[in-house]
Amino acid sequence: MGDRTKMERRLALAADRVARYERMVEIRAFEDRVQGLFAEGVVHGTTHTAQGQEAVAVGIAAVARPTDTVTCTYRGHGMGLALGMTPESILGEIMGREMGCIGGIAGSMHLVDKELGLLPTFAIIGAGIPVAAGAALTAQVKGTDDAAIGVFGDGASNIGAFHEGLNLAAIWKLPVVFVCENNQYGEYSRINLTTPIEDLADRAVSYGIPGIMVDGQDPDATVKAVSEALDRARSGEGPTLLEMKTYRYAGHSRADKAEYRPEGEFERWFQRDPINTFRARLESEGLLAEGQADEVDRQVAARIEAAMETVKASPPAGVDAMFRNIYAPV
Amino acid sequence: MARMRMNQAVAAALGDEMRQDPTVVVFGEDVAAAGGPFKTSDGLLEEFGPLRVRDTPISEMGFLGMAVGAAASGLRPVAEIMFIEFLGVALDQVVTEAAKFHFLSNGVFTCPMVVRASVGAGLGFGCQHSQTFENWLNNAPGLKMAVASGPQSAYGLMRSAIRDPNPVVVLEPRALYGGRGPVTRGEEGIIPLGEIARVREGDDVTIVTAGAMLRVAMAAAKSSDNWSAEVIDLQTLIPWDRDAVVSAVRRTGRLVIVEESPYTSGWGTEISAYVGSRLFGELKAPVLRVTCPDVPVPFGRELELRYMPNKEYVTDQIDQLMATGRVPEPWWVGEGSRV
Repeated sequence: MGDRTKMERRLALAADRVARYERMVEIRAFEDRVQGLFAEGVVHGTTHTAQGQEAVAVGIAAVARPTDTVTCTYRGHGMGLALGMTPESILGEIMGREMGCIGGIAGSMHLVDKELGLLPTFAIIGAGIPVAAGAALTAQVKGTDDAAIGVFGDGASNIGAFHEGLNLAAIWKLPVVFVCENNQYGEYSRINLTTPIEDLADRAVSYGIPGIMVDGQDPDATVKAVSEALDRARSGEGPTLLEMKTYRYAGHSRADKAEYRPEGEFERWFQRDPINTFRARLESEGLLAEGQADEVDRQVAARIEAAMETVKASPPAGVDAMFRNIYAPV
Repeated sequence: MARMRMNQAVAAALGDEMRQDPTVVVFGEDVAAAGGPFKTSDGLLEEFGPLRVRDTPISEMGFLGMAVGAAASGLRPVAEIMFIEFLGVALDQVVTEAAKFHFLSNGVFTCPMVVRASVGAGLGFGCQHSQTFENWLNNAPGLKMAVASGPQSAYGLMRSAIRDPNPVVVLEPRALYGGRGPVTRGEEGIIPLGEIARVREGDDVTIVTAGAMLRVAMAAAKSSDNWSAEVIDLQTLIPWDRDAVVSAVRRTGRLVIVEESPYTSGWGTEISAYVGSRLFGELKAPVLRVTCPDVPVPFGRELELRYMPNKEYVTDQIDQLMATGRVPEPWWVGEGSRV
């Protein structure tokens, strides 16, 4: 299981809900482990983890083609894993190792994989939104039926790039799906303190495109919503805004303990934890046998530990790495 | 070789490149149906159609972001920024996204996009539409920047910029759009990025300039009987041809930089520091920068003409440098302003 190629990892999600469950478990375990590494001071800098938001990433990866383009944010480890990137390539980047997906010169906020359709992730809030529209422009001009998916947080819905990107995509009917991961917090601020409306999907009205609220804690719901929006994009009907209601279990970044969270909020969301809920559903449908989920959890934990050991034993990026790839050769 | 205005030369370069490469697309505010506010894309919509030539909403952040995404996924977009000041609302996409795309993809993605922007004073547009702002861009590794100085230069640099696999900003001095000159089209007319043009030979002083100041520097050089000046059009500010400039200055022993931008932290500051430190002890005079004062561009005709270096001022500054071996005070010191 640990030796599968990234493309096999990606394609595994297409038809297999158990594989989606397993990937969600992997994302959770990975992020927990990464948070631990930073807390222990093993790696420097910052990190932004995505525990609680696994069903969004997996829902996108399950239906997007590898030839579709995905833009996503600095909270990107889960998206990268869901799309098929290996834990080693992401962890290697987080830990500044040569084996990282960018050779270890970029760090936790920056992931990339061209074969899987992932553009370099964006550490500037909202920047990826018009860029996703640009990838969709390529599909439109070249006449392919590929599409783009722009993933961003609730906080990005207040930045100008959101408005400009959605407006442009709408007037040109570009094949793009905008996925707003509303995890309730923009950095340290609760969304209701920064945004005068409850449902960000409502913003779609001003661009004349569908705005759809999705239960971001249910991978069946995210798969369905992304699939329908992609169909719409590919058939020339233009962009869709999906608001995935989800919850960020961790603070904004390494230094943030999320002490601003109202009492009981986390517990309420955790009752609908995407992994626990999905596991119960798969068990009740008979897709996961008694004890099988525990076995999946154990295998995933072992795989993450093995990845950790591999990366720790690998060489850090050399000085020459910072001089590479600044300009593409003419 | 046809004579054409610089704005026509820009349109010719875009059209010639679009004819050869179906992935080249052009967009910006009023570039399609209107042919561009300065007629720099006239005729392109008619020839290449609305899929490849598009009017955008007034949203620079949106369409420059779109250029980044399009470039990374297989097109070669050319986006027009009507006045360089409008880049201020979208700078992120150029200096932080496009310029880092190749680096942040371990060399796998490229971002072959061109941002064209009109720049400069002289047409009475006032202080929010007359700046040059090279220094917004010259400290962002991953980006290239060229400056057109006339029809041939605009044509040749634009074609190179479109073919380059990196993001390139091409600055077009607005005051030059209407000026005519001979233009060689086709491969022969292409000017590689990163190379200077030695526009005039001379022995006593090397004048390094770019953009709209080329004609000012040339007029000054031609007018003096007291000294003979070599004139270099830098053409590409990033990467600039360090070796060519250093070897030129080593030969004449004097460097004068003529810039259309405020004194403090203009592009010439870097040239001055680099050449001055490399040739310390070899120079016959200190490096002289002839620039605009550190003021917002004034509107009134007389004031605006005074703001920019002109032939008489450049000549006088060089006369003083030659006579005294020291850097003369700029004119604005007499007006009570500091250097």
